[in-house]
Amino acid sequence: MSDADEKNEPSTRSVTVTEGEPGPSDWSEFRAQMREWREGVERVLPPWWSRALAATLIVIGIVLPFLFSADSGFLNATIIAVAYAVMSLGLNIVVGFAGLLDLGYVAFYALGAYTLGWFGSGFFYKAHLHVLVSPVASTLPGIHLNFLLILVAAAAICALAGMLIGLPTLRLRGDYIAIVTLAFGEIIGVVAVNGTSVHLGGGMTLTAGNLGISAVDSPYFPGIGLFNELDLRPWYWLIFGILLLVLFVNLRLRDSRLGRAWVALREDEVAAVSMGIPLVRTKLMAYSIGAAFGGMSGAFFGTYFTVVNASQFQFGFSIFILGMVIIGGLGSIWGAVAGGLLLGYINYYLIPDVLNSLPSKIGLNFQLTEIEFGIYGFLLVIMMILRPQGLIPERRRRLELTGRVSATDSELGEPSAISTLELAE
Amino acid sequence: MVRKYVGRWGLIVALAALPIYYGVRDLVHGYQAGFVAGHPVVHHDLTQLGFNFATGLSNGAIWALIAIGYTLVYGIIELINFAHGDVFMIGSFTAVGLYSVFGLTSSTGAPGLVLGLLAVLLITMIVCGVLNTLIERVAYRPLRNAPKLAPLITAVGFSFILQNVGLLWRGGSPQSVPDLINQGKTVFHIFGVPIVRGYLLALGVMIPLVLVLGRFISTTRMGRAMRATAQDPEAARLMGINVNQTIALTFLLGGALAGAAGLVYALFETNIWYFQGFRAGLFAFTAAVMGGIGNVRGAVLGGLIIGVIQALADSRMGPQWTEAVVFAYLIMIMVLRPRGLLGEETREAG
Repeated sequence: MSDADEKNEPSTRSVTVTEGEPGPSDWSEFRAQMREWREGVERVLPPWWSRALAATLIVIGIVLPFLFSADSGFLNATIIAVAYAVMSLGLNIVVGFAGLLDLGYVAFYALGAYTLGWFGSGFFYKAHLHVLVSPVASTLPGIHLNFLLILVAAAAICALAGMLIGLPTLRLRGDYIAIVTLAFGEIIGVVAVNGTSVHLGGGMTLTAGNLGISAVDSPYFPGIGLFNELDLRPWYWLIFGILLLVLFVNLRLRDSRLGRAWVALREDEVAAVSMGIPLVRTKLMAYSIGAAFGGMSGAFFGTYFTVVNASQFQFGFSIFILGMVIIGGLGSIWGAVAGGLLLGYINYYLIPDVLNSLPSKIGLNFQLTEIEFGIYGFLLVIMMILRPQGLIPERRRRLELTGRVSATDSELGEPSAISTLELAE
Repeated sequence: MVRKYVGRWGLIVALAALPIYYGVRDLVHGYQAGFVAGHPVVHHDLTQLGFNFATGLSNGAIWALIAIGYTLVYGIIELINFAHGDVFMIGSFTAVGLYSVFGLTSSTGAPGLVLGLLAVLLITMIVCGVLNTLIERVAYRPLRNAPKLAPLITAVGFSFILQNVGLLWRGGSPQSVPDLINQGKTVFHIFGVPIVRGYLLALGVMIPLVLVLGRFISTTRMGRAMRATAQDPEAARLMGINVNQTIALTFLLGGALAGAAGLVYALFETNIWYFQGFRAGLFAFTAAVMGGIGNVRGAVLGGLIIGVIQALADSRMGPQWTEAVVFAYLIMIMVLRPRGLLGEETREAG
């Protein structure tokens, strides 16, 4: 499609913007000035400034909960927003790095949460297995594993499921991948709801359906403090730790051989394969690593919400997570974090706490929480039309959109036709 | 070698498996057809299967009408128009809103009812066609040259927006609407299978509309422009076809058919809610893919097949599993024959 379209465009566009020079409009001049200014700042700062910045951010992250009371609504929203950021980072690997549009990411939220429900509650009450859990939980029937073990199990189960979901999509491209993943997500949702009629023997069922698996264990780490709803700080540190871990893995992956293979597949599958990139392994790795992060976050949500309820796992959630990745900027790690935090705060703080009564103030008879998905839909449309590259675009994409890639290409002696290609993408 | 046969016959075998299995089971084990004096009556015949087919084909007529919208749009701009199912939902809501405008109730006489419903059908089709065209203008046309992901995302965004419009319009729970045509009334029997008014209505709306559409696409100038644009937009433009206008026309036609489906759904199911478009959209998309996306005849065939699968799953496994069954078939299509039953090989579905 894009091949055909770029030829549709009259070629004047490429003439005016080649060589990376600012175009005739004020807007691109302004952008060029911004770019110069940013480069100037980067020259002035010492080379270790980005590490210092990262360290400062981590310290701020650790001390943040002391600025709010231990059970405040804002801290609650922060915890959820950070957990969303973890999911967003996971989906960013699949959609952003590897370019495989996944519309069924909710499946991994569900599997992660059910891993917690199965291995961290009295749900399988005929079994008795206790590994490193709190003194209270170790007297209860059912399977009770330490939260860290559950986290590992959730990541492993989801990685396997991600691989299985990825298998039928290997021969497909683009929209068809989206549909297959969507179908898998919906099937897992249906199984979660109807799991009450899937009997495992001994009167135990696969899921508890819409009633939910309740009374799941809270994490238990001696020394950090008790995990309960009165003191949210331990929860925060736990999920912040998970975020840092996932972030670290993401950054290392992006600059690894595998990360470059993903980007190569995304940009041109045929060329990448002919350069010797193993298609099957690379794609399946993207699916399974992305899924593993979703599962970890799902397990955290399970224990944080204290219930694993099938009605949480709907298609809208997949789009919600995808919205974070898109709003942040596809393929951009910091964008995924920013998008996750932003939508998390909008969903759990701005809409329910701050703006909820807005429609009734202007005389309309509904609450804003009812139409939150309409609001996200609107955000997605606006974002795509006004700023398709996202809030914090990936460097490669930013360069493409500002035409700087073409500048380096022409410095290398390439014909300027390349720049036409880059701009039309 | 194996792959060739799986590619050619795998999907057909998978599709035939469900009715054959249940047909054989009905014949061998029998099924419970009712009670006489407290004792279950067991029949050993294919009447229940025939009943499933009748329900399925009329359900399938609705999915077929929606699926045509998907297939036309995908054929011409290669976009999965996620908002399409919700345009259908708005169609149902508009139609039900128009009942009271025209004063239609379940006690209206036959001539008035037919005329009134024809007027409702026409207005609903216009409303949905225009709505779909507006969505194209606002959300897809500005992104014509953007990466393919972008219009897909705005489509999902618009789907949510329309759903919430429906939510604010008629509340969050399913609402029953007046059964204007007394759809459950049996008209005649075929091999002992009762054919009710609802079945005749669904097929009676779908078949003429599809025939008119087929005629429009194959013979008129605008239809030829549509086919040319679908084949090669660039060459079509060079030949003097207004591509943007042709794409808008495609959205208009697809939306109008979705509107018609909306009215049929309201009359047939006598039950509407804001979330109906999501399921309908996915079923219809499955139908379009099954028939071979971009192919109108394929969409109709796929719609009818999906309807039958749905009816079989509804009555034999319970309606709560239907979605899972239909989506399992969707995945099977993707694995076995991505180009669908009647479709040609494309770059996407290599």
